[in-house]
Amino acid sequence: MADRLPPRRPVRRLRPGLSLEILSPDAVRAVHQAALEVMARTGVRFPSARALAILADAGCRVDFERQIACIPPDVAMKAISCAPRRFVLGARDPADNLELDGEHCYLSTDGCGIEVYELAGGERRRSTRDDVYRSALVADYLDAIAFYWGPTVSAQDTPAATRPLHELEAAFLGTSKHVQPETIISAPIARYCVEMALAEVGSLEELRRRPIFSVMQCALDPLGQDGGSLEAALVAAEHGIPTGFMPMPMSCATAPATLAGNLVVTTVDALAPLVLVQLAYPGAPVFFAAAPTVMDLRTGGYTGGSPEDYLLGGAFNQICRFYGLPLSMGAMATGAKLPDWQAALDNTLSTLMPVLTGTAMLTGAGMLNGSKIFSYQQLIMDAEIYSVVAKVAEGIRVDAETLATEVIHEVGVGGNYLSHPHTLRWLREIWRPTVVDRSPYDAWEKAGRRGAYEAATDLAAKILAEHRPREVDPGVRREWKRILAAAARELEGTP
Amino acid sequence: MDRGSLLEEMYRVVYEGEVHRAAAVAERALEAGLDPLECLDLGFMKALQQVGVEFGTGEKFLPELVAAAEAVQRALQVLEPRLAALRSRRQALGRVVLGTVEGDIHEIGKRIVGSLLGAAGFEVVDLGVDVPAGTFLERARELQADILGLSALLTTTMERQREVIARVRQAGLPVRVMVGGAPVTASWAEEIGADGYAEDATAAVELARRLVGVERCG
Repeated sequence: MADRLPPRRPVRRLRPGLSLEILSPDAVRAVHQAALEVMARTGVRFPSARALAILADAGCRVDFERQIACIPPDVAMKAISCAPRRFVLGARDPADNLELDGEHCYLSTDGCGIEVYELAGGERRRSTRDDVYRSALVADYLDAIAFYWGPTVSAQDTPAATRPLHELEAAFLGTSKHVQPETIISAPIARYCVEMALAEVGSLEELRRRPIFSVMQCALDPLGQDGGSLEAALVAAEHGIPTGFMPMPMSCATAPATLAGNLVVTTVDALAPLVLVQLAYPGAPVFFAAAPTVMDLRTGGYTGGSPEDYLLGGAFNQICRFYGLPLSMGAMATGAKLPDWQAALDNTLSTLMPVLTGTAMLTGAGMLNGSKIFSYQQLIMDAEIYSVVAKVAEGIRVDAETLATEVIHEVGVGGNYLSHPHTLRWLREIWRPTVVDRSPYDAWEKAGRRGAYEAATDLAAKILAEHRPREVDPGVRREWKRILAAAARELEGTP
Repeated sequence: MDRGSLLEEMYRVVYEGEVHRAAAVAERALEAGLDPLECLDLGFMKALQQVGVEFGTGEKFLPELVAAAEAVQRALQVLEPRLAALRSRRQALGRVVLGTVEGDIHEIGKRIVGSLLGAAGFEVVDLGVDVPAGTFLERARELQADILGLSALLTTTMERQREVIARVRQAGLPVRVMVGGAPVTASWAEEIGADGYAEDATAAVELARRLVGVERCG
């Protein structure tokens, strides 16, 4: 295709008009009560001396030997009430800042995979740091992608001990949008990440106003947290870096087989670390994240797309709204190995349900094989799925202007609206495809029977060739180099 | 209860996956004077094989297979001392030492693999999670393991699989190493010199059978 790449458009800020309720208000309260009961009676494992000390000080019953804290309901509720209801996910380019305000929804990439399908030829290979950069570059261009989550894939050509820092650097270089890694899982790594962000934004005050990265911590379901992740979250909270807590209980394996029981485990494993962070740093920006699912009954594996996931995701959104906390919902992440019918089915429904139930963030686009393989085509096609869902979710505006009775009267019986000023005024509100094929049959055949996949391949190639993200200042790059070297000395033991 | 209904009961606790009742049923059988080997062959293991067959045809599911395997393990804990006393040791397919590598505390996948290996007739020793390379080495040597199974869920901890394998090779231990976990792939397994990789628990059992030289049978 000889056409030039259209200019980058502003981030799409979706404000859904439709809403859907999976649970009745009584059912939401029942899950909440059950979660409080489990936290108080069964308790949660916090394998961190610092975390246990904070919880004990706040009045939790702590078994230091087993590293389990039982959190009384009043402690939990007080901590939840300290969490801010709205805050900003900052970006290198402030125009890309995202307001988490309980009304908007933002899509991100997915992560953290281990392989990449080559754009040309489709060969599957192990992922590298360059893949982090290139996927961020494409995400930077796509208006449907509001922030970069992941990293999409692991930078496996960098040392394991400092890999999250290399990934963060590559992501920052590839996009001026907000970056939200799930790989910052120790206090030292978290501190180096804060240093890197600080180098870019200039001051600690500005970093609080415009946190250009946030962190996502995975729970160890059921009823457990990871020590390193907790300590990283505390470092983040100390600097006003938003932190999300992501349980992904699998019914039958790490959660009860019943969906309501899964919701209880999900709620506990999201609430418990949030309580810890609020006890330590009241008012620190925190959010819930979740990817509750059911086990595949044959293989024991992660399903990445099943009707239960859609119900769980929607229901957990309601629970988060009950707490007044933003939710980042794990969506898409199809189990399909190729961008095929199954991928479209899974990713459409897993996007539609959280959007209609009021999710704040949606991770994420671009992965196949249950978040293991990154595909440029899938990223672009997922962005298109989101744009369809977003259009549906916006609903129908009804007022004098949109009812257009005057226009209807003017055009009259049997006329047409093609060139009417009202049409020209409103036509851009109508959804337009980017890669969906609507060409006439003959044209499609003449063009070589090309479908959405081929269109996505072309678009990705053009983005990679032509799009350049907002540059990072050379001074900041030098500072990052210094930070990476210091981290290598401390964490890899290099001289 | 007569022999027939006792055997039926043994079959039932495994077939229905009534884990918590298995030990009591085994005890009752021994009290009634039944031969422990017979209890296994005609009761507990017979049911487990049937569950395995039905898993294969899609009538039973993984949790049911795991429950059946755990029920057999509970029964074995009761029967094994008696078997030893009778010097009629059960012939295991091989001894598998399993664990999640250092720095990684993910448990569930390895547990499922362990259960199914046990059900398939392997003797399984589970070292738990966050297991240092040295411990894998020591325990594999001490237990004369036929197979060492290394689990990892994180891209950063899967590097440890390489370390364990290097040390096993260096020490010249005659043990086959199989690796698994979400980020692990066949190409990774090949690169780090593992003897095999399986993507899920049932494939892991097939792999283990191959590694000890047992061909697939009905």
